[in-house]
Amino acid sequence: MVDLIVIGGGPAGLAAALAAHEQGLSDILIIERDRELGGILNQCIHNGFGLHYFKEELTGPEYAGRFIEKLEGSGIRVQLDTMVLDITPEREVHVVSREKGYEVLQAKTVLLSMGCRERTRGAIAIPGARPAGIYTAGAAQRYANMEGYMVGRRVVILGSGDIGLIMARRMTLEGAKVLACVELMPYSGGLNRNIVQCLQDYDIPLYLSHTIIDIRGRERVEQVVVAKVDENRRPVPGTEMTFDCDTILLSVGLIPENELSKRAGIILDRRTNGAVVYENMETSLPGVFACGNVVHVHDLVDFVTAESQRAGAAAARHVLEGPAKGEAIDVKTGGAASYTVPQKLRPENIGKTVDIFFRVNRILGESAIRVEDEAGNLLARYPRERMAPGEMEHFLLPKVLLEKAQGRSITVIAEENEAVK
Amino acid sequence: MKELICIVCPKGCHLKVDEENGYQVTGFSCQRGEEYGRQELLHPTRVLTSTVRVEGGLHARLPVKTNGVIPKEKMMEAMRLLDDICVQAPVKTGQVILADILGTGVSFIATRSM
Repeated sequence: MVDLIVIGGGPAGLAAALAAHEQGLSDILIIERDRELGGILNQCIHNGFGLHYFKEELTGPEYAGRFIEKLEGSGIRVQLDTMVLDITPEREVHVVSREKGYEVLQAKTVLLSMGCRERTRGAIAIPGARPAGIYTAGAAQRYANMEGYMVGRRVVILGSGDIGLIMARRMTLEGAKVLACVELMPYSGGLNRNIVQCLQDYDIPLYLSHTIIDIRGRERVEQVVVAKVDENRRPVPGTEMTFDCDTILLSVGLIPENELSKRAGIILDRRTNGAVVYENMETSLPGVFACGNVVHVHDLVDFVTAESQRAGAAAARHVLEGPAKGEAIDVKTGGAASYTVPQKLRPENIGKTVDIFFRVNRILGESAIRVEDEAGNLLARYPRERMAPGEMEHFLLPKVLLEKAQGRSITVIAEENEAVK
Repeated sequence: MKELICIVCPKGCHLKVDEENGYQVTGFSCQRGEEYGRQELLHPTRVLTSTVRVEGGLHARLPVKTNGVIPKEKMMEAMRLLDDICVQAPVKTGQVILADILGTGVSFIATRSM
């Protein structure tokens, strides 16, 4: 019986395993399907990681390296090249690897840190021909940065998520011509700094409220047609622009990878596509925890690390001190807040404060986050200068305020100050 | 008055730089942001990250970065210097791959061990 099995050795799994170890857990096993630890950070060779956590600017491989180094001598076991096939509600983990074949491992606690995957052309149903030359931005990133293949010479990027922006710069530096970055929404889904240092630095135009309406080419992409969209995201006739290009990169969103969680019967949140979690990152299955992009997609790995450390520490407490107790209240959303993590709170199990994360579904100017109880009493209010869908928000809710809440739920409301008046 | 978005950290502060009054910066929320605002107008610089060929390692490419900032206008030229480099594994994080890029005193260093 293993104390803790961590599924996935990316930033979330690494931070969680190390935190559990620091809390006194000794028998920890990380299972990773790739040939090395580090997950997606290995292909994110750009800098900007670690400003919050390490207070310095690191590249992805450096950030991962710091955690991988800490594993040495810790006694935490790692099994690479191993695929998890199934997790049962009794915390049996079914794995298969070339080296050991099929195994069933029994764990006292399981931590889900499988990360997320990219949405593909199929997920967004782009019309047109189906030639070669259409990649997700992350796939192109792996080709370019790890495997040494240049995926194209004249590139159009659909979607303005961070990976797409980073790849616009990367392809340009490697000698490709990035013709345009095309975004369906009236705002970018990426961080502001990436628009500046990845697009504006290289004079790459960003077309907001535009989308690809046709892809042309027999063997390889030859042209794409881009058009403006109206407020209902429908193409506006007469606004078509044709680009001669050989490559299209898609940066159109990420989906938490929860096939294992679903099969285990864990309750998922339709808004995040990740597990519904309690204040300690425990899922609906007692003793099974989740953290990182498998719960909700983060912008910054630093926040993944912080969240995962809480999850790992909670798993350790579960083994050493027994299951968390207390009645849970629900966290609901209102106004522009589109989800929260955690979705459930057990006040008994909270220290001084609980960190609540959420995203807004549109850009807000001067605004406030309000927390109300079921009776409509205001528990807390946090002013913000600006909130945007591309930037995850969070606030610390003190336990003393939470204890004042009447009823079985609290509501997190994000609204512009104008709307409040 | 020039408006900039700060790229020092993911916060992305909206800076204003007054070119006529000694490049005074407003709108920053840390010292590094203030410094960035001034530098960006006087002498823009960037950290450059890329990859080089590696033989005998787990992957075909080794990630590298400049261990300091280099002038923005030298980025493309600095990239071309990496084209002919091929390193042999094992490589250690921080190992110098190419010293003194274009007379800047800044070097390309490995950002992972392989």
